[in-house]
Amino acid sequence: MPERIKHAPLDSKNLKHTTAEIHLIKDQCKGCGYCIEFCPKKVFEESDEINARGVRPPRVVDESKCILCCFCTAVCPDFAIYVVERQPNGERKT
Amino acid sequence: MMGKRSLLTGAHFMNGDVACAEGAIAAGCRFFAGYPITPATEIAEHLAERMPEFGGIYVQMEDEIASMAAVIGASYAGCKAMTATSGPGFSLMQENIGLAIMTEAPCVVVDIMRGGPSTGQPTLPGQQDVMQAKWGSHGDYGIIALSPSSVQEMFDLTVEAFNLSETYRVPTLLMGDEIVAHMWEKVVIPPPEGIRTLNRKKPTVPRDEYLPFKGGEDMVPPMACFGEGYHFHATGLTHNEQGYPQTSSSKVQSELVRRLVQKISLNADKIIKFEGIMLEDADVIVVAYGIVARGALSAVRKARASGIKAGLLRLITLWPFPENQVAEVARHTKAFVMPEMNCGQLVREVERAAKETPVFSLSKLGEDPPTPAEILESIRRSV
Amino acid sequence: MVQTVPEHPYAGYLRSAMIPHIWCPGCGNGVVLNCFVHALDELQVDLDKLVVVSGIGCIGRTAGYINADSFHTTHGRALPFASGVKLANPELQVVVVSGDGDLFAIGGNHFIHAARRNMGIKVICANNFNYGMTGGQQGPTTPLETFTTTSPYGNIEHPFNLVHLAAAAGAVYVARWTTLHVRRLTQSIKKALQKEGFCFIEVVTPCPEIFGRYNKMRSGLEMMDWFKNTSVVENSSDPAKADITFERIVVGEFVDIEKLSYEKMLHEKISKINEKAMEQVS
Repeated sequence: MPERIKHAPLDSKNLKHTTAEIHLIKDQCKGCGYCIEFCPKKVFEESDEINARGVRPPRVVDESKCILCCFCTAVCPDFAIYVVERQPNGERKT
Repeated sequence: MMGKRSLLTGAHFMNGDVACAEGAIAAGCRFFAGYPITPATEIAEHLAERMPEFGGIYVQMEDEIASMAAVIGASYAGCKAMTATSGPGFSLMQENIGLAIMTEAPCVVVDIMRGGPSTGQPTLPGQQDVMQAKWGSHGDYGIIALSPSSVQEMFDLTVEAFNLSETYRVPTLLMGDEIVAHMWEKVVIPPPEGIRTLNRKKPTVPRDEYLPFKGGEDMVPPMACFGEGYHFHATGLTHNEQGYPQTSSSKVQSELVRRLVQKISLNADKIIKFEGIMLEDADVIVVAYGIVARGALSAVRKARASGIKAGLLRLITLWPFPENQVAEVARHTKAFVMPEMNCGQLVREVERAAKETPVFSLSKLGEDPPTPAEILESIRRSV
Repeated sequence: MVQTVPEHPYAGYLRSAMIPHIWCPGCGNGVVLNCFVHALDELQVDLDKLVVVSGIGCIGRTAGYINADSFHTTHGRALPFASGVKLANPELQVVVVSGDGDLFAIGGNHFIHAARRNMGIKVICANNFNYGMTGGQQGPTTPLETFTTTSPYGNIEHPFNLVHLAAAAGAVYVARWTTLHVRRLTQSIKKALQKEGFCFIEVVTPCPEIFGRYNKMRSGLEMMDWFKNTSVVENSSDPAKADITFERIVVGEFVDIEKLSYEKMLHEKISKINEKAMEQVS
C-alpha cells in the first residue's frame, strides 16, 4: 500500500460521517440467507428466533461495521431488509 | 366526391369482406391485427390500406394466436380492435378468446366460415363453426355471435358487433361465410352522423375506489385502460373484483364465472336480433342464417305460392341463442325445417327450444348452399 | 397476511395486498423484482405510463405485484399482447417480465418476431432452467444431462443460448446477468427502459426448490455460489459464444445498437398517409 494513504487524515477525529441504520422486516423474511452470505462486512448472522414464516431471520451483529453498500437491500428477494443512511444530525439522507 | 380519409358514404357495389372492413372503420375500429387466411384475407388487405388513413393501426402478426393477443392488448390500451380469420385460425384463437372473455376485453372477431374440418376447402363456404362459436374455448362463459346474410349486413352487423362488444365488454363474433364474404352486392353506407357507435363504460371513481371487475347493474364493470392512472391488474386466472388472482376460493370462482355467463344470458333480450317473415299463420317455419337464409326466403315464397303456409325465421344473433323466441314461435306452428351448411349444429338448439314441435334438419355440405328447390322439398315433406 | 411492506422504501411500487409474494425462499424472481423496482425508482419512471405484462409461470406473477397497470396473459402470449398495447399507445412504457419456458418454448415464435420487428418492448427473462410453477419440467434452456421431472435420466435436448437467439432475431439491446449481479442488472434495466426498440435482458435465476434440488444445489445459497464462482463478465463479446455451463456463465452486455423501432416507423407512416389523405379531401 502506498505510503501516502497509510495515515488517517489529520482531521479525521473531527469529521462526522453518516451512519447506517439497518431495518429488518423480520416477518417478511423467508430465510434465504443472501444478506448474511453476501454482506462484504459480515454484519449479519442467523438469529435464534423463529419468525411468522417459521424461519430464522438474520440479526445485526455490529451495525457500525456497515459501509452502506446496500447490497442486502438490493439482493433481498422478499423486501425484508433495507438500510437507511443517517446524517450526523440524525436526519435521514435522501 | 369522397376524400380518401372519410367514410365511403353513399351507395356502392362492394364485396362482403370490404363491406365488413368499412363497417369496422365506421364503428370506430382503429386497430386491426391479423394473419392472411382465405376467405378473410381481403378484410386484412383492405384495412392495411384504409386504417392508416384514419390514424389507425394495421399490423400483420406472425400467427392467429398473436393476432388475438395483440387485439386484446390494443383493446386494453383503449382502442376498438378487431381481427378476421377463418376456421383454422378461429381454432387457434380460442385460447385467447377465452382470455378476452375472462378479462372482459371488448373486441370483434370475424370468422368467415369455410369448408372444414382442418384445412378443408379454403375457397368454399360452410357453416361448420357455429357451435364452436359458443363452445370453442374451454370453460364456461357467455359470448355473442352474429350472422350476416348479405353484403349490407356485413357492414351493418360489423358496426353492431363493435357496439355490443363495447356495451357488454365481451368479444363479439361475426360468423360470416365464404359466399357472403366474396359476393358483390349493393351497400348503402350512411354518413358518420347516421351511424350509431357505442363506447365502453368508464370508471367514475378515483383509483383507490375502483374495482375493475365489479359488475354494475347490467353485470358489466366499467373499464379503465392502460395509461389512465388506475394501476389495475387483469389476469386470465380466476380473480376477485380487484382483479387479483384468487385461485383457491370456490366462492370467487362461482361468482366470477356465473357473472360472465349471466352478463350475456340475462341481457339476452337486449342483444338478440332476428327477422321473422310470414310467421303469424305459418304451419311450417324455416329457420336459417347466413347465406342459407337467402335461398330459404325464396323457398318460403315458392311454398306460399303453392298453397303451403310457410314462414321464415332468420337468425341474426346466433349466440345467445334466441331460445325464448323459438319456443314462442313453436307454439303456433306445426313443424320447423332447418337448412344448414353443416351436419346439423344449430338445429340442436332449435330442437331444444321447440320441444314437442318436430324439427327437420336439412344438412348440405360443399360449395352450394341448400337451393330453394331443396328447401321447398323439405318444407313439403314436413307438412 | 403480514402487512409490513409500507415500511420499505420501495413499498410504493408494490401492491401491498399481494405481498408477501408466492415465491420460494431464495427464489431469484424476488431479486429480479427488486432490481426492476430499483431501476424504476432511480429513473423516477411515471407509473401512470408503465404497463407490465407477464406470461404464465412463477415469474409471471410479477405483474400482479407491481403497482402499475399490469396484465397477466395466457402462456407464451405476453409479447404479442404487449405489441398490441405498444402500437395502440406508443407513449406507454411496456415491459414484459416472463420466464424461459413462456418466452422461448410456447412463446418462441412470438419472441423472434417481436425482436425482428424491433417492437419497443423491454423484456426481462428470468431463466431458471426449468418450468418451476408446474413442478420442474425440462424447458428450452435446461442444460444437457441435468435432471428435471420430465428428464429423469438426464436431459438430452441442447438448450437455447438466449442472448445469441435474441441478438440474431434483431434485438437492439441484449444483456445477461445473474441474480448475484444486482447492480449491473439494475443498470441494464435502466438502460433498456431508456432505449428505443426491442431490449432483452436474461437473468440467470436460482430455482433452489426444484431445479437446484434435482441437480445437487439444494439451496439458493448453493446456486448463488455457482453464479459467484463461475460467472465471467465479457461485455461486447460474441453472444454466440456466451455459454452457460456448470463451469462457466458468461454475462455482460452483448448488443447495444441503434435501430428504428416498429412503432416509430409505423406512426411516421401513418402521419404521412394521413396528411396526404387530408390533402385530397380539401
